[in-house]
Amino acid sequence: MASPTTDDIVLRCTGLHRHLGQGEGRVHVLRGVSFEARRGEVYAVVGPSGCGKSTLLYLLGLLDRPDKGEIWINGRLMSNTLDEARTAARGEHIGFVFQFHFLMLEFSALENVMMPMRKLGRLTPAKMAERAQFLLESVGLGEKTHRLGTQLSGGEQQRVAIARALANEPAIILADEPTGNLDVKNSAVVFDLLTRLAKENGQAIVLVTHNPEIANRCDHILSMRDGQFVA
Amino acid sequence: MSTTFRIALRFLTARRRAMLMSLACIVLGVGLFIVTQSTTTGFEEFFIRTVLGTNGAIRVEDRIQPTIRTMEVGNGSETAGYTIELKDGVRYIEGIEEPEQVIKALRQFANVAGISEVVYGSADIRSSFKSDEARVYGIHLADHLSVSDLARQIVRGDLAGFRDNPTGLLLGVRLADRLQVQVGDSVLLRAGTELRRYRVSGVYETGIGDIDKVRVFMHMGEARSLLRKATGASFIQVDLYDRERAPQDAARMQSVLEHSVTSWQQREKTWLDVFRALRISTGITVSVFTLIAGLAMYNTLALIVMEKTKDIAILRSMGYTRRDITRIFLWQAAIVLTIGAILGSGLGWGVTEAVSRMPIRIRGIFTSDHFVVSRSVWHYVSATGISIVMVMVASLVPARRAARLEPGDVIRGTAQ
Repeated sequence: MASPTTDDIVLRCTGLHRHLGQGEGRVHVLRGVSFEARRGEVYAVVGPSGCGKSTLLYLLGLLDRPDKGEIWINGRLMSNTLDEARTAARGEHIGFVFQFHFLMLEFSALENVMMPMRKLGRLTPAKMAERAQFLLESVGLGEKTHRLGTQLSGGEQQRVAIARALANEPAIILADEPTGNLDVKNSAVVFDLLTRLAKENGQAIVLVTHNPEIANRCDHILSMRDGQFVA
Repeated sequence: MSTTFRIALRFLTARRRAMLMSLACIVLGVGLFIVTQSTTTGFEEFFIRTVLGTNGAIRVEDRIQPTIRTMEVGNGSETAGYTIELKDGVRYIEGIEEPEQVIKALRQFANVAGISEVVYGSADIRSSFKSDEARVYGIHLADHLSVSDLARQIVRGDLAGFRDNPTGLLLGVRLADRLQVQVGDSVLLRAGTELRRYRVSGVYETGIGDIDKVRVFMHMGEARSLLRKATGASFIQVDLYDRERAPQDAARMQSVLEHSVTSWQQREKTWLDVFRALRISTGITVSVFTLIAGLAMYNTLALIVMEKTKDIAILRSMGYTRRDITRIFLWQAAIVLTIGAILGSGLGWGVTEAVSRMPIRIRGIFTSDHFVVSRSVWHYVSATGISIVMVMVASLVPARRAARLEPGDVIRGTAQ
């Protein structure tokens, strides 16, 4: 196996600080977190509730802004850029999988997967539909592409969410407890799918989990406590 | 179909009942606005047609003579005092002394379509049944037909009978009814010491009660003889090609002719103001429906924003911009507005047509036996324009609120 180079680093953050809340309720959630993620590798962020795992994930996904520190996506400093640039970077380089699926329930599975592609606009509508069909088949939902979100089980919805996260072939997949809402069997299926598809495409996966079995199957485990990584 | 439009279409179904309420308000607002504007404008236009067809677009009458007064200047002492002459105002000398000269000058105005010289005076009219007061109008029939709708206003008898009979009369319908005379009957007219017999050739109805109960048309020669006005004219009635330009033409004519010149807008200002006030007040009243539609849309979209915060957050996480989110909500308002405007226009058209067939007896300022409506595309444009402004302005607030949502805050709030 070749040693990783700086070209393999798709995500880097240095000295991230983040406070949440206001006044007396203001909490210093992240206290100078630094981290790198490389292509084709799976990172598990673990730690007790409230230690700042999800906050870190939202910062890395450019859904939130750090109070201090830098975030680099594919070699571009993104932490202090304008909202338009951050939004564009999310669409092009980052795929999200959340614990509660967040499918748009008025749309079919196929339409949900096509949603990020429509915004990016790289493919023709026919190609988008073809790729969405391929991704849904990859997650085992080839027969249910035209079902609405409400007509899918929790596990199926999460699989659609994974297909959607992969739609634009992003460099980074950020997953916030992707199996937290699923039973053991479905958890294994979803995790296997996510890691297999990401590795096949050379994508970096950063996932937050409370599940030690899932964490142990990742390439790297990053333990977090009181807003910092601990050895 | 754009992605934002596609999403907006699906979001519409999220609050179907509330959306239907907004839609109903838009339909009612647009529809009733069209109906009220069609009826008020219809009556106004009918009134204008009536007064133009009766008294013409412009009336030239009394001669204007500037008046001069002298003023002493200085402190009144013997050495400083002297006097200057000032234009004090104008004096009106009744009638037109040289009608031929005035008519010749009037013909120079490009907008003038017809000119009719009129001599009028008071007289007593007597039938075998009763006597009454009358205003005798001496006219040259051909000229007067070019400045009025007299030909169309004849309800009994005909103009040919009047034209061929030098002692023929045209009576207003209310006067004829009060005297209980028919076409062919004879009446006596007394003006001063003159008493003459005439024959009723026709009965006209302008619809304006004050005219129909007193005005009697007769040939110019007979009128001059009866009223003892051998020369001059009481007034000159003028019709214009572009009647909306009457105030400008009247002002120019007055300065050129040195006679008092009145446009129909000035002459009928009171009634025109009444109609305009009525049109505006009904417009404002029914716009309340559109205002309610705007508030209902605001409420519905605000609810959808609250319900769809997760969807908004996920769209933002996928690369949809704040502008895209604003568009999604404005599209929803635009879709409902479009459907509402189309249905409202249909409702407005249907009710307007139904109202136009509704019987109603109106006498006084004009005559009508049914509702008078005006069919103008501008009523539809105005109704739609008002609803667009109200609904879209009301929709902007929730749409912008949706766009301002921070996806991180939404997802964190849901996840924790």
